[in-house]
Amino acid sequence: MHPILSAKPQEKLLLLGNEAIVRGALEGGLRIGAAYPGTPSSEIGNLLFQLQRELPGLYFEFSTNEKVAMEVAAAAAASGLRSLTCMKHVGLNVAADALMTLAYIGVKGGMVVVTADDPSCHSSQNEQDNRYYARLSGLPMLEPANPQEAREMTAYAFELSERLELPVLLRTTTRVSHARAVVEMGELASYEEALKGKFEKDPKRWVPVPAIARVRHQVLLEKMREATVLADGSQWNRTYGKGSKGIIVSGVAVNYVLDAVEELGLEDEVAVLALGFTHPYPAGLLADFLREKEAVLVVEELEPYLEEAARVVAQERGLKVPIFGKATGHFSRALEFTPGLVKEAIARAFGLSYTPPEAPDLSWVPELPPRPPTLCPGCPHRETYRVVKEVLEELGELSRTIFPTDIGCYTLGLLPPIQMADYLICMGSSVGSAGGFSKATDQRIVSFIGDSTFFHAGLSPLASAVYNRHRFTLVIMDNETTAMTGHQPVPSQELRPPELEDRPRIDIEAVVKALGVPKVVTINPYKKEEAKAAIRPLLEADELSVIIAKAPCILYRARVAKK
Amino acid sequence: MERLRILAVGVGGQGILLFSRVLGEVALSSGTPIAMSEVHGMAQRGGVVETNIVLGGVRSPLISEGEVDILVGLEPAETLRALPRTRKDTVIVSSTDPVIPQIVKDGLATYPDLTEPLQKLQEAYPRVYLFPGEEIAREAGTARALNIVTLGALAGTGLLPFSKEDFLEAIKKIVKPKFLEANLKAFEAGFSVTAS
Repeated sequence: MHPILSAKPQEKLLLLGNEAIVRGALEGGLRIGAAYPGTPSSEIGNLLFQLQRELPGLYFEFSTNEKVAMEVAAAAAASGLRSLTCMKHVGLNVAADALMTLAYIGVKGGMVVVTADDPSCHSSQNEQDNRYYARLSGLPMLEPANPQEAREMTAYAFELSERLELPVLLRTTTRVSHARAVVEMGELASYEEALKGKFEKDPKRWVPVPAIARVRHQVLLEKMREATVLADGSQWNRTYGKGSKGIIVSGVAVNYVLDAVEELGLEDEVAVLALGFTHPYPAGLLADFLREKEAVLVVEELEPYLEEAARVVAQERGLKVPIFGKATGHFSRALEFTPGLVKEAIARAFGLSYTPPEAPDLSWVPELPPRPPTLCPGCPHRETYRVVKEVLEELGELSRTIFPTDIGCYTLGLLPPIQMADYLICMGSSVGSAGGFSKATDQRIVSFIGDSTFFHAGLSPLASAVYNRHRFTLVIMDNETTAMTGHQPVPSQELRPPELEDRPRIDIEAVVKALGVPKVVTINPYKKEEAKAAIRPLLEADELSVIIAKAPCILYRARVAKK
Repeated sequence: MERLRILAVGVGGQGILLFSRVLGEVALSSGTPIAMSEVHGMAQRGGVVETNIVLGGVRSPLISEGEVDILVGLEPAETLRALPRTRKDTVIVSSTDPVIPQIVKDGLATYPDLTEPLQKLQEAYPRVYLFPGEEIAREAGTARALNIVTLGALAGTGLLPFSKEDFLEAIKKIVKPKFLEANLKAFEAGFSVTAS
C-alpha cells in the first residue's frame, strides 16, 4: 500500500505540498478527480492517478485539457459526489469559461479547484495571480502557507463547498506545492466501494439560459455575503503576536513574516494577521485589525489583492491608518518573495534598523558556464529539429521561415544550436498563430506542437486552418507521452504501461486526415535520409500540411520497459 | 535545537532529490522540525538544481542571501555559483568532480579550470570540505551514489544534530535493496572524508 494511504491519523509523514493536498482530498472523501498536468500542480494528478488502483471508491482521469477536467469534476459534483480538479495557473485560463458559469449553477457535492500559481515563472510563460479568478468568478478561496495547511484546508474545502453549494478554489504557489515538510495525518475516508452519485434534474438551476442566469447571479451574490461571514470567523484567518504595528499576509509569505518577526525580536511590537481564507476577504476581521494599528504592512506575492482589500475596508470605516505595500513601493508586483526581502521590507516599513549579513568578497570566482535546461541527449525532438532544419537549408528557405512553437520539452528548441522557436503564447498557439502568420506575411511557416498539446488545444485551430485555407506546415512531435510534466498518458500512445493497455487509441494521422488536411506524412526522425525525402515536398509547397514525427521519449520508453 | 539552514546545489540528474529525501527522513524519525523547497519540472532537464533545507523550527522553506549556514555542493561549479547566498562563516561541503554542461560540449561556453578557484575557496571560508565525490562513489560501487557520498560528508562534519546510525537507518528505509549495499558504502566513505 502507498505510504500516503497506510499512514494512520496523527502519524507524521514528510510530504510535498501537492502530496498533502492529495491526502487532504482523500480525508475529505474525494470520489472523482480529473486534471491536465502542469507544473507546479502535476504531482497531485500523478498521485491520484496512481492511488486509484488501490482505492475502488476513487476515480481519477487525465482529461485532454483543463476545461474538460473542470467539466468532468463539475458534473460529478452536480451528481452529489465530491470532486476535484487541479491545474497550473495558466490552466485555469483554459478552464475559465467553465469556471465563470459554474459559479452561477454551483454544485451539490463538494468541489475543489486547485490552482497552482508560479511566481517567478519557474516553469511557466507568465506569473499571473489567480487570486483574481476568485474575485472574477465570485468563488470562495483558500490559500495554504505550508504542506500541513494544504492537507487540512483541502479536507475542509469540501465542507465549505457543500455548505455554500459552490466550488472552492484552493490556491497554492510553487513554494507551497513544492515545499516538503512534516505533515500530521487526519482520518482517511472509506474507499472500499465505488459510490455512484445521482443527478437530480432541475433545469431552473442547471441550465443558465439568460432568465435563469440572472436569478443564479443573485444567488451567487447572496452566497458571497454568507461566505464573508464565514471568512471573518474562519480558523484559517489567525492573529499572531501583539503590538501597535501590524502585518497582513497570506500564502507562503506567512512563513517569511513569522520568521522575520521572531528573528528581528518584534513579537511584542508587531501583530501578524495571517490569512488563509482570502476570498471573499474577511472585511470585519480586517477592520478590527486595522482599527487598532498605527501602521500596517501588507505582504503578499504578485498582485496587491489583500492590500487593496485593506484600503477598501479602511475607506469604508473611515480609518486613517497608513497601509504599506506595493502602492508605497515596499514590494514589487513581480517575482516571488524571499525571506530576506520580506525582512528588509518589514524593517523599512516600521523604521527599524536591519543590516543584512555581510556578503563575502567573491571577486575571485571565475565566470561559470550557464546550464540552461536542454533536450536530453538522444531525445527524438533533437532529431526532428535537425531533419526539418536541413531540408529548409537545402531548399534555401531557412532564413525566411517563421517557427511558431508550443508548450512542452520541445520549447527548448529555442536555444542554440537548434534555434527553431520564434513565437509562443500558450497551449495550442503554434497552430492558431501559424494561420495568422500565413495571412499576414509571405514568409514560410513551420510550427511545432507535441502530441499531448495537440489533443489539448491543437485540434480546433487545425480545423479552422483547413477551413480558412491557412498555409503552413505543422510538425506534431509525437513522443507518445506528456513528457515535461512527468510522462502522463496521451490518447494516441501505442507504448503504454500495462494498466492502460485496454484503453482505446486515437491515431493522430487518422485524426489529421479526417480533419481534411491536404498533405500528411508520418516520419521516424531517427531515419534521417528517409525522413528528409518524405517531408521535402511538404516544406516546398505553399499549402497546409502536417508532419507527424513519431518516436517515443527516451525516458518514457525506459520507464515503460521497467514495468 | 538551533536553527540551521542548508542549501544543497547540483545539476539535474545527480540525485539531489534523494539526498534531501534521506536527510528529511532522518529529521522526521528523530522528531526534528524540517522544511524543504525543491525544484521540479523544466529546470530538472540538465539545469541547475537546488534544495533548500531548514531545520529546528525555521518556517520559511527558502533560504535568502547571507542566510546559508551550510552550503552542500554536488558539483564544484554549482558550489561556486551559489556563493553569493553564503556569508563569511558559511561551512562549505562540496564534491570537486565536474559535470560538463551540454552548452560546453556544444562549444558555446567554456568550463574553467577550477583548481585555483577551489584553492581560493578554502582560503575565503573558515571551514571548507572538498572531496572527489564521484570517484569515491565509484570506489563504493557506483558513481551514481555521489549524492549519498555527499550526504555522508555532510553528516561527518558533525554539524547536524543526528547520529551516523540515524542516517544509515534512513538510507536502509529509502534506498531500494538492489542499490543498498553500494549506498551504505558510499555513505561511510563520504562520512570518513569529513569526520575527524
